[in-house]
Amino acid sequence: MDNYSLTNLRELEAEAIHIIREVAAEFENPVMLYSIGKDSSVMVRLAEKAFYPGKVPFPLMHIDSKWKFQEMIDFRDTYAKEKGWDLIVHHNKEGFESGVGPFTHGSKVHTDIMKTQALLGGLNKYKFDAAFGGARRDEEKSRAKERIFSFRDKFHQWDPKNQRPELWNIYNSRVQKGESIRVFPISNWTELDIWQYIRLENIPIVPLYYAKERPVVNMDGSLILVDDERMPKELRDKAEMRKVRFRTLGCYPLTGAIESEADTIEKIVEEMMTVTVSERTTRVIDFDQEASMEQKKREGYF
Amino acid sequence: MTTKKLNIQEFLDQDQKKDLLRLLTAGSVDDGKSTLIGRLMADSKMLYEDQLEALHRDSKRIGHAGEEIDYALLLDGLKAEREQGITIDVAYRYFSTAKRKFIIADTPGHEQYTRNMITGGSTANLAIILIDARHGVITQTKRHTYLANLLGIKHIVVAINKMDLADYKQERFEEIKADYKAFVTQLDIPDVNFIPLSALKGDNVVEKGDNMDWYHGPCLLEFLENVHVSSDRNFDDLRFPVQYVLRPDIKFRGFSTSVASGIIKKGDEVMVLPSMKKSKVEKIVTYEGELDYAFPPQSVTVTLEDEIDISRGDMLVHPDNLPRVERQFEAMLVWMDETDMNLSTQFYIKQANNNTKARIDEIKYKVDVNTLEKSNIEKFKLNEIGRVVITTTKPLFFDPYKKNKQTGSFILIDPVTHNTCAVGMIIDKLGSNSLPSRITDVDKAKIAKGEPLVKAEEYIQKYNQKGETIWITGLHGSGKNELAFSLEKKLFDNGATVVLIDGSSVRSGLSRELDFSPADRAENLRRVAHICKMLNDQGIITIASYISRNESLREQVAEIIGKDRFHMFYMDADLDYCKNNKPELYKLVEEGKTTGLPGADLEYEAPTNAKLVFKPEQNEENLDAILDYLAQNKVFPNH
Ligand SMILES: Nc1nc2c(ncn2[C@@H]2O[C@H](COP(=O)(O)OP(=O)(O)O)[C@@H](O)[C@H]2O)c(=O)[nH]1
Ligand SMILES: [Mg+2]
Repeated sequence: MDNYSLTNLRELEAEAIHIIREVAAEFENPVMLYSIGKDSSVMVRLAEKAFYPGKVPFPLMHIDSKWKFQEMIDFRDTYAKEKGWDLIVHHNKEGFESGVGPFTHGSKVHTDIMKTQALLGGLNKYKFDAAFGGARRDEEKSRAKERIFSFRDKFHQWDPKNQRPELWNIYNSRVQKGESIRVFPISNWTELDIWQYIRLENIPIVPLYYAKERPVVNMDGSLILVDDERMPKELRDKAEMRKVRFRTLGCYPLTGAIESEADTIEKIVEEMMTVTVSERTTRVIDFDQEASMEQKKREGYF
Repeated sequence: MTTKKLNIQEFLDQDQKKDLLRLLTAGSVDDGKSTLIGRLMADSKMLYEDQLEALHRDSKRIGHAGEEIDYALLLDGLKAEREQGITIDVAYRYFSTAKRKFIIADTPGHEQYTRNMITGGSTANLAIILIDARHGVITQTKRHTYLANLLGIKHIVVAINKMDLADYKQERFEEIKADYKAFVTQLDIPDVNFIPLSALKGDNVVEKGDNMDWYHGPCLLEFLENVHVSSDRNFDDLRFPVQYVLRPDIKFRGFSTSVASGIIKKGDEVMVLPSMKKSKVEKIVTYEGELDYAFPPQSVTVTLEDEIDISRGDMLVHPDNLPRVERQFEAMLVWMDETDMNLSTQFYIKQANNNTKARIDEIKYKVDVNTLEKSNIEKFKLNEIGRVVITTTKPLFFDPYKKNKQTGSFILIDPVTHNTCAVGMIIDKLGSNSLPSRITDVDKAKIAKGEPLVKAEEYIQKYNQKGETIWITGLHGSGKNELAFSLEKKLFDNGATVVLIDGSSVRSGLSRELDFSPADRAENLRRVAHICKMLNDQGIITIASYISRNESLREQVAEIIGKDRFHMFYMDADLDYCKNNKPELYKLVEEGKTTGLPGADLEYEAPTNAKLVFKPEQNEENLDAILDYLAQNKVFPNH
């Protein structure tokens, strides 16, 4: 009888595939938001599984803030080509042309214009009615109560007080024109599940997750990688080589590295289980402003 | 609990094999829910990490013995949310032990949050119901238990908390246990367990402690780690509700879904609903390669040997095990919307990957979730629960929720706001006589008016006969049965389509509960008349031989069947002949052992309007006379 039971990972996988297929079946114009991070990598693999032997029937979209780590961009382009993904890369043109960036405008303005506004611009441009995101409920407080099919009004806003009940595996995908659904197929995965799955499935991830000697600058306690010339020279001059890795990936000036020896998945997990700092605390954005994630989500950021 | 120390490789290999348990926690405010969840998460994390050798090298963690941490603070508790005016909803929490991963749906306990509890509980395998040892079983406890039962949760742990405030007394525990048991027997929950604990002090949560030596059961975590839930799934009835048709190129046509129930095997013969077409499973395809079989909740793709038109919402099943395929059913409905139910709304319904429209025909009753009492209401308000009758625009393929959660559950979506305004669980029974009279669409209206979709002329054409009834009345023992049987044979041999409604078959089956009192005899005749009517409607000739002792009874029968297709013949045998022919019953009456036999102790009223009258001795002639009569009246043959 027991060969009819699934492990935790296989059950989560089956659930995610069900969700991904449901969106493909019920929406006219879905998109998968691809952040190049490890969660996205897992999500894309799940989509490939969902439609095997066919191709994923919707595009991936990367919102490029123009300040991502170069290694992320290289990774993205290599795999998109290798796997034949239908990849859209979108950025906020006006923001980019007027030179918005974290060093000059601060992280709040940068995040708003180059990430949130860019995302909304991309969604509006292609009129997507559903967008997959790789967020997980265990990442952060406000996500813990978010639905898997999370309704957004025409302004892409989330109303936590007015969420649709979500029961069993029956998802409500009804929207009016202009409204949309954000879909989180890996809601029920924990960080450890993600690492386990990457290990089990041999899913390629950006090398920045692994520890390596890298040039970093200590900025108010955060170790910031010197990724290109746009980092002001006076900062660059302070760079020193340290063995570091990144627990989460975003814009390089906004994402702190941690000193680490973990250069394999096994070591990363080992490190993760001994260090109790929550994953997102290395993302500067969360310290930078008072507004909670819940507030940001209301505004349309993931 | 001692755990072997592992290196990281071993740890991950072992960890990868653990399974998943989804659970719901329910309790009133201040019963200690946050404290309990906080402790479970924190202590199990330590246990879990303890497995890792590395941790022992740098044990920078705080030891947890004896210390009283406010575990409730570890969660951004719902209490805090309430104080800050943030949304109160279902929050999902995650923790793991070496054996299992747990997903806790943490929902608030008040009655106004019933819908949150329903939302959180829908996917739960198990519910922890918290009771404050000082208060015992209260209204909330009953409500939470009722809801868990409604959702079909098969395992309940009654966590009797704050035992420290009840001096860890066994009597108190037993008292509460008895109270709860008295209540829970009204419901239908197969597995109920009681654990006395103190969430604050830690007794019986993760470790037993030594305050309650009288308790010999497992502590909570141990129980959660070991409770067997995989067999709660339905592995018997194959339901493969097609979610997505996969057609990457002209060569490949696959049907994808998460198996709802049962096992699908390569080579299985399957039937497609609604087309009823059959084929065989050619392949079960996954990214990892082909499978020989798949089981719930695996998400797979199958291909079939034959080219059959199949779309989303169709269902593959085994031909000898079908779900119900109907447009009408009864269900327990939970109203989830702030806006009251409007009975004239045509909702969208979503069930087993099927989308169609639905109306609520009738509210049977509302259940008071606190007292379980039923009452009549006009419409549902937020959080109200009750039994309804629903009609859908196209047929759904479903099973009762009790047997199959996947195919027995549905949601209703408001056509204007698009909110999920109600959720339902289909009930096992469909009482045909309790179906509502309200008609929801044209087809059904036609059928209700007795307008069949096949026309009467088409039957006449097909069978070369008119579907009418030959009714033979006469005394018990008059020889009417013999005539009826030989008539059936003769008509059959001549090519007629004919059914004999045999009295003893009806008595031993359909009318099993009736006896021979005048009232029951009348009821028996009413049933026979309805069978005749139905068969006649389908163009079939029926033969019925029944005493039918007076004009008024025969008149009623004629009315049901339709006067112009009711042909009454009379077997006119005198009483002596009858008594001689079949003496047993007559004797019983004479001996006073039975009563109510027409002709003996009850009057038999001979008909004055019979189409033909027979004498029993002339069987052959009688048959010929009937055949002549039928031919003349174009009953058979028709042309
Ligand atoms: N003495 C005692 N107090 C407890 C126990 N469990 C919880 N409490 C206390 O009861 C209060 C309410 O607990 P909390 O976990 O917030 O309850 P919730 O409202 O159900 O989440 C807090 O002051 C807890 O410290 C217990 O087992 N024993
Ligand atoms: Mg609480």
